[in-house]
Amino acid sequence: MRLEQPEQTVTFTFDGRKLKGVPGEPVAAALMANGIKLVARSFKYHRPRGVMSAGSEEQNALVTVGRGAQTEPNLRATTLEVSEGLEVFSQNAWPSLRYDMLAINDLFSRFLAAGFYYKTFMWPRSFWEKVYEPVIRRAAGLGALSGETNPDDYEKAFAFCDVLVIGAGPAGLMAALTAGRAGADVILADEDTAMGGRLLREREEIDGKPATAWVAAAIQELANLKNVRMMTRTTVTGAYDQGTYAALERIAGDRAAGKPLECFWRIVAKRAILTAGALERPIAFPNNDRPGIMMASAVRAYVNRWGVAPGKSVAVFGNNDDAHRTAQDLQAAGIKVAALIDSRDDTDITSDFPIYTGAQVVATKGRHALESVTIAYNGGRRVIRTDCLAMSGGWNPTVHLTCHMNGRPTWNTDIASFVPSAENVPGMVTAGACNGTFSTADCLAEGAAVAADVAKDLGFKSRVKVPQAEDRTYAISPLWAVPGKGRQWIDFQNDVHVKDIKLAAQENFRSVEHMKRYTTQGMAPDQGKSSNVVALAVLADATGRGIPETGTTTFRPPYVPVSIAAMGAGSQGKGFAPERFTTSHKASVGRDAPMIEAGLWYRPSYFPQKDEATWREACDREVGYVRNAVGVCDVSTLGKIDIQGPDAATLLDFVYTNTFSTLKVGKVRYGLMLREDGHVLDDGTTARLGEQHFVMTTTTAAAGLVMRHLEFVLQALRPDLDANVISVTEQWAQFAVAGPKARALLNTVLDQELTDEAWPFMACGEANVGGVPGRLFRISFSGEHAYEVAVPSRYGESLFRMLVAQAEVMGGGPYGMEALNVLRIEKGFITHAEIHGRTTAFDIGMGRMVSQKKDCIGHAAAARPGLIGEGRQQLVGLRAKGPDHPLTAGAHLFEKDADATRVNSQGYTTSVCYSPTLDTQLALAFLENGRARHGEVIKLRDHLRDVTETVVVCDPVFFDPTGGRARG
Amino acid sequence: MRITCPNCGERDRREFYYQGDALALDRPSQDAGLSVWDDYLHNRGNPAGDTKDLWFHEAGCGAWLVVDRNTVTHAVHKAVLAEKVKR
Amino acid sequence: MAKLIALTPCAGLLPISLGKIAVTEVLPDRLMSVAPFAGQNKAVSAKLKSHVGAVLSGLNRRIGGVTWFGHGTWMVAGDVALDGLAAVTDQSDAWAVVAISGAGSEDVLARLVPIDLRATVFKKNHVAKTMLGHLSVTITRTAANTFEIMVMRSMAQTLVHDLDVAMRGVAARG
Repeated sequence: MRLEQPEQTVTFTFDGRKLKGVPGEPVAAALMANGIKLVARSFKYHRPRGVMSAGSEEQNALVTVGRGAQTEPNLRATTLEVSEGLEVFSQNAWPSLRYDMLAINDLFSRFLAAGFYYKTFMWPRSFWEKVYEPVIRRAAGLGALSGETNPDDYEKAFAFCDVLVIGAGPAGLMAALTAGRAGADVILADEDTAMGGRLLREREEIDGKPATAWVAAAIQELANLKNVRMMTRTTVTGAYDQGTYAALERIAGDRAAGKPLECFWRIVAKRAILTAGALERPIAFPNNDRPGIMMASAVRAYVNRWGVAPGKSVAVFGNNDDAHRTAQDLQAAGIKVAALIDSRDDTDITSDFPIYTGAQVVATKGRHALESVTIAYNGGRRVIRTDCLAMSGGWNPTVHLTCHMNGRPTWNTDIASFVPSAENVPGMVTAGACNGTFSTADCLAEGAAVAADVAKDLGFKSRVKVPQAEDRTYAISPLWAVPGKGRQWIDFQNDVHVKDIKLAAQENFRSVEHMKRYTTQGMAPDQGKSSNVVALAVLADATGRGIPETGTTTFRPPYVPVSIAAMGAGSQGKGFAPERFTTSHKASVGRDAPMIEAGLWYRPSYFPQKDEATWREACDREVGYVRNAVGVCDVSTLGKIDIQGPDAATLLDFVYTNTFSTLKVGKVRYGLMLREDGHVLDDGTTARLGEQHFVMTTTTAAAGLVMRHLEFVLQALRPDLDANVISVTEQWAQFAVAGPKARALLNTVLDQELTDEAWPFMACGEANVGGVPGRLFRISFSGEHAYEVAVPSRYGESLFRMLVAQAEVMGGGPYGMEALNVLRIEKGFITHAEIHGRTTAFDIGMGRMVSQKKDCIGHAAAARPGLIGEGRQQLVGLRAKGPDHPLTAGAHLFEKDADATRVNSQGYTTSVCYSPTLDTQLALAFLENGRARHGEVIKLRDHLRDVTETVVVCDPVFFDPTGGRARG
Repeated sequence: MRITCPNCGERDRREFYYQGDALALDRPSQDAGLSVWDDYLHNRGNPAGDTKDLWFHEAGCGAWLVVDRNTVTHAVHKAVLAEKVKR
Repeated sequence: MAKLIALTPCAGLLPISLGKIAVTEVLPDRLMSVAPFAGQNKAVSAKLKSHVGAVLSGLNRRIGGVTWFGHGTWMVAGDVALDGLAAVTDQSDAWAVVAISGAGSEDVLARLVPIDLRATVFKKNHVAKTMLGHLSVTITRTAANTFEIMVMRSMAQTLVHDLDVAMRGVAARG
């Protein structure tokens, strides 16, 4: 029922029913205005439930919004804003909210107590995954995901400030005003749709005016300050190291295409002021969960802020002075107060509604909506007819964020609550209700005072000016649970009641952390915000300890649920990882080459032709180009590092196992690099362009790794060396031109004649292409007469197209990764399939490349016992019985007649291919004492792919073992 | 976690690559012997408290840093350029 | 003789714009990285002064055509000859350089860049080596509402994609 007619309404639906609501008000208020009390079914017992709170702490009123892929479950009706066309659905009920079949669980509740699952579904073991768990999951639960890809947009963003004020109630507003006026950069974040906190929900005066007017003026002043940023609908969800805070912003307005729903903020603040307020806690009296039983402060919020009456005749039950306020506000709004039930004997309130002191609610009635409550009063019982009970068990300061870095709160007996301990989070101070300060006057003063201190610490001068406000005291006499017939609910969201906690204690789950896991207390989406302290009190009572001794469970972020979509915003689809494209990318795609990922790079797998049915046909053809004519391949992805300086050669001698100081200018040398632990890090060629100038090549995969390694050597190990390194990978587009006709092809594009005399094997130097200064290296990764030609990247696509066109004229063409792989396996050249981090120079047959004349990275460790010798698995080649016996990578190797079991494994394959050159299947492998076993027949077994083959061990260089083709 | 790079100022730890204990700076001589090399390569203190370790500002200026921090409180005391560390 | 055709790093990708924000490609004539050898900073500065009219800038700063580019390194827009005083490397083709300009540019970058780029902190000719999404970038504020972003050439497409998504997010909020 609405107290006043709204100016504007929109239409939304609840379970298909069309309803009128005020745009921007919480769905909970709109449902209430439409007389709807039953809004949800509980998690485990499917109990009928209604709206309980007026904020993000809501335990009962979880709903689903939207349909299909845009379905969003488990949203709180108390924070979800009404908008035109909004579709809201109840959850966890079938066939309908009113007639929920699974409410049968409630009848068997005696058997479904805490620990029931663990005790009952023990046997047979296999039934747990297949039967019990799926059934239980279907019966107990919340809203369901659609299972479809979420098409909505989410955002992630970063913000920085001097002072982050968390919560914009009286303390927060004063803090922001004080720090903002002083000149500090302030972010004021509040999870509500408007700033003001409880001042928007109470009938109070500040400086003699309605508090809402003071709030409006404060917001206006803050909006005028350029150094203050106000963020509504923004919940600060976590406090992290060095002043980092996470915050979730619900973006205002309707859902629209391309408009993000939420933004996940990472805020870095020099200081934070926590003014998060407090949450009212329930009282665990029998059947305290009926629709219509709400938190007293929520009742005030619906009446005062949203102009909605939660009931026609409202009873109030509390153990503290704050409850009185609810009764007074109801009366002021013209709503009948059925009774004020105060558990304390001595309260000083007089009014014209019935007041029962020293009384407790001991029973309630009404299945889908509250009809009456029974109170114990003056030694007797009395039934009070009411459709709404406002309960108040006192206030819990919202200490959560102060505990996110492992801190614990302190028990304060005066307010029977936990309050923040000092310095739990470096740089964070607290003020107002979250600090246990409850009167508005004190909140305003404290907010201003802490902000002034913070501003001063940051070097700003501030003046404290605190307005006049009410200064009510808050007296409380703890009341946690009321005994009686019926369950006394504590954690409404996870269906945990007093008996569950007592059972936990009885079964010796006395530690609070054990009790939590045994009962699931505080484990629902709300994480026990409202209920944990009640549960602790009940546990303390059951175990005969005090509450401070019982302690709290660990507070962890996030304070409210954060959708994974918000945290992962920007990382879907193309945002998942950068794409690196070579300059020849378009030309390759234009030839229909399937592109494969190599790290972040995209490289052509092969270049298909019309008559080819499989990739193998294309690959075999491309291998043929290189062996018989000429092939062109983009090798720009290999890392290229420019090294210059007086000590450049010394650096190379230190990072490579072999010697580079002896390399002549204009020559290239193959180098092997170790990690300090003696295993191979990377390999590649390095060219000497000048006395003090080298260009190192790394593998594509290790380019970043090697760069980091070189910087480590220069900065951390050998700062005495005067040399500088910089990546030039991106500067040069580099193409391998390989095959017997490689020189002929290059002579069609180079500005000067290429001769064998001027450009012998392993020569390098400058070479121009069409007047463009380029570089030429006579190196080969295929075993053929080959070159790599490089030009500045802007010319890359043009040169690639030119080289490919010329190659085709000569009976060759482009080749991709598949052919490149076959060519190198035929030659026994290693890649990171072989130097995978566990192999040494000895293992790959390059032990003699570790120079004994000098120290180098990995030199000492490479000589350790166990890294050298017969026991090591050594690089070998394997030849299959023929072309129809394909081998697999990752297969294990055994003696010919040995069982293919783990203990008998003597090695494994790393790279395999069909060799069109040799017309058989080949593999590179590591085999125990392999170099001494060339010629031996062994067994290859791949248990995963069910492959067994007999293979012959041989030298890893299958083709042209003398290397004549590359030199010729 | 935030680290103050001597070159770039305070940055989120996601910009940095973590290497490990700063004792990696004290590389033994080639002939120091196996046990010295084992300690250098593999044996680490894993302290609950103050620690010094190496971080590389990989997504920033490319400087190697020695970071002084506390593994219990998560406090980051300071960061200095590895090349400036006396040894 | 063979004739090679030049393409810019962002050919076919830029310009793009949405509302008041525009992203355009910047094409420096020449980019040379300069990393002075031990003890040569002063000498290098003197040479640069005569070559390009600016000395080596301070950390995180740009002076004229000289931009700090990381630990011990500067990027110089223009030809330099430093006679062995520094490692000088041609980087003219290694970088995609784009400018994002217009009111709201800061908001776009706040969605991608994890550092404080507010005008009060990150002023004109301030330089940051940092990240944009998953990319390593160099960001320079070149005017009140204009930033220059340098990314490795091969990743130009991802840079433009990320900026485009963030621009649409900012525009959608109105």
